[in-house]
Amino acid sequence: MDFRDSVQEAAFRDRLRGWLAERAGTFPTSGDAYWARQGEWHRALHAAGFFGLSWPRTYGGHELPPVYDVILDEELARAGAPPRPSLGYLVQGLGRHGDEALCRRFLPGMIDGTERWCQGFSEPGAGSDLASLTTKATRDGDGYVVHGHKIWTSYSDVADWCLLLARTDPDVPRHKGISAFIVDMHQPGIEQRPLKMMSGVTKEFGQVLFDGAKVPADQLVGAPGEGWALAMTVVGHEREPATLGFSARYGKLVHQLAERTRESGSSPPPELAWAAVEAEMLRLHVRRRLSEQLDGVSHGPEGSLDKLLMTWAEQAVGHAALAVGGTEDPELLNAYLYSRAQSVMGGTSQIQKNIIASRILGLGA
Amino acid sequence: MDVRLTAEQRQLREVAARLADDLGPGSVLDLDDPDRIARLAKAVEATGWRTLRSDGASGVEVALVVEEFGRGLVDVPLLGPVLADELGRHLGQQVPAATVAVGSLARDALGMRRALAVDGDRVLSTETGPRAPGADLTRAHASLTGPAEVLGTITAEVAARWHALALVATSADLVGTARGAHALACDYAKVREQYGRAIGSHQAVAHLLAEGLALIEGSVSVLRHAAWAVDELSPAEAVQAARVAKLYSARAARTVCETAVQVHGGIGNTWECLAHVHLRRALTSTELFPVRLEEIDLGLS
Repeated sequence: MDFRDSVQEAAFRDRLRGWLAERAGTFPTSGDAYWARQGEWHRALHAAGFFGLSWPRTYGGHELPPVYDVILDEELARAGAPPRPSLGYLVQGLGRHGDEALCRRFLPGMIDGTERWCQGFSEPGAGSDLASLTTKATRDGDGYVVHGHKIWTSYSDVADWCLLLARTDPDVPRHKGISAFIVDMHQPGIEQRPLKMMSGVTKEFGQVLFDGAKVPADQLVGAPGEGWALAMTVVGHEREPATLGFSARYGKLVHQLAERTRESGSSPPPELAWAAVEAEMLRLHVRRRLSEQLDGVSHGPEGSLDKLLMTWAEQAVGHAALAVGGTEDPELLNAYLYSRAQSVMGGTSQIQKNIIASRILGLGA
Repeated sequence: MDVRLTAEQRQLREVAARLADDLGPGSVLDLDDPDRIARLAKAVEATGWRTLRSDGASGVEVALVVEEFGRGLVDVPLLGPVLADELGRHLGQQVPAATVAVGSLARDALGMRRALAVDGDRVLSTETGPRAPGADLTRAHASLTGPAEVLGTITAEVAARWHALALVATSADLVGTARGAHALACDYAKVREQYGRAIGSHQAVAHLLAEGLALIEGSVSVLRHAAWAVDELSPAEAVQAARVAKLYSARAARTVCETAVQVHGGIGNTWECLAHVHLRRALTSTELFPVRLEEIDLGLS
């Protein structure tokens, strides 16, 4: 057992640290300013060899073990740089369910950031109960025509492509009638509506209305009816430890909050000390989970445990921000407000608990 | 970075788990069975685990055995003797049948004749007296009698590392007893029926148990690191890692044990239900070598 970097890991960390030092302060790290330049940041990271670390070389990745993503996240946080754009779940969804032609066509641009992507899963009437989605894709000549309404679509305003779930067969049990498509976002029949979050951020999430948008048949991902399986792959990866890279940012924010209390001469509130414990727990938990992946354990219902732990950590840090800054400091207030979304996005905490209870504990819930 | 247990460590854990399952108390009634306790004491003695450290075991290995003993509510001494052995190891003199003393009491003292304590740079040894009252039904306190004998002195670094090991061992006991309480509650939730269904199939109960498992998993992660740190990081870093583990696992264990009481409903509040035996063990392990939130290093020093 060793929590330290191996020789190779340490060399990678050093190289990354050097690269980040040269770029200190050049990219915004939060709010709409971050979202506005996220694509540019993505391409810069990839061009320097620091993005897509664990993905196949064929598609622009580096085929490194997942621990390198953790090193990347830690160093980004340490340097005060923006976080790693999170699209691993889309890479896994397309990579696992798409055929080789689709992977060759789409994965390189997704990974190097030259083509931007969004995920069209949730709908106004289909949140936790995703299988109740009603967006329809109807066969029409050589392709499909899409009608429906998606919401909570991250980066939809800048996306070139959407990985979309739509119902293709209304006559079979609901999980079996869903298919996945790659939809060109630049076409008539697609309307964007931004969502303004309670923190004031407008560029993270959007709503997308499909009214006769067209998809060629060869942009169906997997077989017709395979959409639900793809969705489960994607949400499973949304909860995997390497995706929980925000953990490094929690430690960073705790440190900033501690500096604030020191500068103001006040003693740190108990919420801050607890947030430090939670952030450290998550840092170590991610390491343990990644090590277990070396034994081939991954992407099971255990991801729901990880997601709950991450949520508790982020919300503890949010409470610490509030305890230190009150409502007077807009940045800290927004960090607090943003933390409330963690128990909803990527599957609510209640859904995670259902999964843990039924699939791990066998409680028959 | 690879924080997996080795094959030998997994095997050690399995052997400890089996011993705890075979001879630990399976019910509150078992706590008063002198024959069982005698068999258990003999079996634990035979393992040599009370001198794990002087036999070259790492902090990780100590934590694994202590955790399994906490899970199985093993009611003969281990944690106390392991910590006494660690002091003896540094002084180059093993004190037979020794446990640790904190304050005016010997802890984890059933059948132990001496109790060692750290006082500044001195290691003191005192004879144990009769059993003293305590909340824990599985680990007995004893009074101290006679004058304290100075066994020798240790450096500040050795004292700090010993303190880290003490925090790790009590954290491991907390993780174990939480796991035991959680398993007890899950088993009950699968058989107890209300409204025509097992209570565990109702979301209100299921979610409590799901939260408990997440708390246990988080505890295991901080404990694993702290246990590794005892031997691999500087004494100050080892203590810091151990404080995080202790605070997190203590809060988690109390919640999980309280959940176990709650899931058992009325029965959970009776003496006959093992849930309170876990809760009592968790509370005493929290108080033994306590950590306060104010001691968490916020990186400002």
